[in-house]
Amino acid sequence: MIAVVLILAAVAATAVALCLDPLRQIVVNGIYGLLLVILFVVLQAPDVALSMLVVTTVAYPLIVLAAIRRTRK
Amino acid sequence: MSRRGLRAVLALPALAVLGAVIAWGASGLAPFGHFHGFYGQLLDAITVPQRHTANTVTAIVFDYRGIDTLGEELILFAAVVGVVLLLRATGRPTEKDAAADTVRSDALHVFGVVGAGLAVLVGIWLAAYGLVTPGGGFQGGVAVASGVVVLFLTAGFRSWRRFAKEEVLDPLEGLGAGAYVSLGLATLIAGGPFLNNFLSPGRTGTLFSGGSLSFLNWAVALEVAAANLVLYAEFINQYVVSLVRDTGEE
Repeated sequence: MIAVVLILAAVAATAVALCLDPLRQIVVNGIYGLLLVILFVVLQAPDVALSMLVVTTVAYPLIVLAAIRRTRK
Repeated sequence: MSRRGLRAVLALPALAVLGAVIAWGASGLAPFGHFHGFYGQLLDAITVPQRHTANTVTAIVFDYRGIDTLGEELILFAAVVGVVLLLRATGRPTEKDAAADTVRSDALHVFGVVGAGLAVLVGIWLAAYGLVTPGGGFQGGVAVASGVVVLFLTAGFRSWRRFAKEEVLDPLEGLGAGAYVSLGLATLIAGGPFLNNFLSPGRTGTLFSGGSLSFLNWAVALEVAAANLVLYAEFINQYVVSLVRDTGEE
């Protein structure tokens, strides 16, 4: 179980790095973050998983999206 | 050779070395769930008898390692102050900007009201029961803040602004950070060590457990919720300001 989630997270992390369009990158990064949340739950670290869940799905995308919108000409 | 090819040739040896070091470092680790650090095993054994907190993580964060958490809290505080200093100087949304951001879907409005209330409630619950179940001040604080942000996403900027007033949030953020420091100083003045736990540990598995570390828990919940909301408010302002500017209606 741990190995499966670790491999999935590694694949998703590579996908984030290979994504060239920032808007798509945020969506892929959200999937990667959710995989990390699942990994933390599997490793029995629910406290970290709860923080990660909110930061990766709400806080981070919101700030990056606003910044992209503001800086794009 | 193209630029891209040159970069790959330069990066490959460095990546190979990095990969080898990581593999070497990870090869000697104990398997997951078999931690052998003395400090960890000690805390595992003494937390529940000493502090009566079923969630050992919260006892470590707000009691045994309370001073580390103070540092983390002040880092968050300083980071948000930095964002505010940089972004508030660039102008605030006018009424025209605010009117440009509207949500017309009724379904979204209904979802927003239910979703925002639910997320704020879950956040408060996470903070309150952080001593008993997974969660705590930080997790609760970010959940409350994200619940309020749902209002912006589903009901538009004007509804959001009614709940995210900077003249309310700025003092609350300072109060959260200040309360943590004040509790530490109060225990110093009373003659104990900094951030000493000065109440009886209470009953295990209830909200009345952990002694005074639950005050620190609530101080962090307040600080984190307010800090996140200030952060969101600044970035949302930037987004809304750019709406009118980009569409060229000015």
